[in-house]
Amino acid sequence: MDKMRQVRLAKDAMDRDWADPELDLDTVAAHAGYSRYHFIRAFKEAYGETPGQYLTHRRIERAEDLLRTANLSVTEICHLVGFSSVGTFSARFKTWTGLTPSEYRTKHVGRGAALIPGCYAMLWAGGFRPAPATGQQRNSGEAG
Amino acid sequence: MIKGLAISTVWVLDQDRAKEFYTEKLGLEVRTDMTMGEGGMRWLTVGSPHQPDVELTLMVPGGPAMDPESAEMLRKLVTKGALGAGVLTTDDIHGDYKKLKDRGVEFLQEPQERPYGTEALFRDDSGNWFSFTQPREGGLDLDQDWTC
Repeated sequence: MDKMRQVRLAKDAMDRDWADPELDLDTVAAHAGYSRYHFIRAFKEAYGETPGQYLTHRRIERAEDLLRTANLSVTEICHLVGFSSVGTFSARFKTWTGLTPSEYRTKHVGRGAALIPGCYAMLWAGGFRPAPATGQQRNSGEAG
Repeated sequence: MIKGLAISTVWVLDQDRAKEFYTEKLGLEVRTDMTMGEGGMRWLTVGSPHQPDVELTLMVPGGPAMDPESAEMLRKLVTKGALGAGVLTTDDIHGDYKKLKDRGVEFLQEPQERPYGTEALFRDDSGNWFSFTQPREGGLDLDQDWTC
């Protein structure tokens, strides 16, 4: 159980510091007090995906949040969530959500998603891919 | 008719440590701390001094009411950080954020503006997450352009 706690602390570090473009695997693994290799294994065992996948999903999910709620350009959001290249950001975003960032914004604008408590959006809608992957439908019901 | 919420359960891993965390770090008060009989269930509740009619009971998974497998699963969920325990409100989110952070409370999100108020996010020492919110004066702000 202590090991699980250590892995959670590392996950929390990603949930907290996702905006930092310098956040890398070694930094995150250090929060758990694990070596790189053991950390990746332990994280995947606990949370079902690798730390790298989790961090990417967390950043995409935060970008979704900003696209829904903040009056910022796609390029600004790309950098705010820790991506250095707009091309990479857009490609990853599309893989995850099924839409480009602009399409996502157009689809979700004015849907009221900003009213969902941010903590729920962050921890519940979080970074984990639903199984089976249904990216395009993922947010369709959230405006309720 | 139902009049309100009086007690809600928070599953913790260790009641002594939880008691310390919820009082010394969060600033809540102990309402009850009693053990039913020798080695029996410990009934530990805490609450805000500003809200005498609501308490959290800090319970450890297990006991006669829960089979060992369920208790183990619940402990694991708490430790993994998968469970949210509720929303706590404040009238000074920025001041309290700093105060709690200085006391060693682990925040997952610093205060952020939301239509319903300013909200931060922290975990208790077991792994439960709480939303920490200063509700917006005058209620929900729907005039601001939250959705571009």
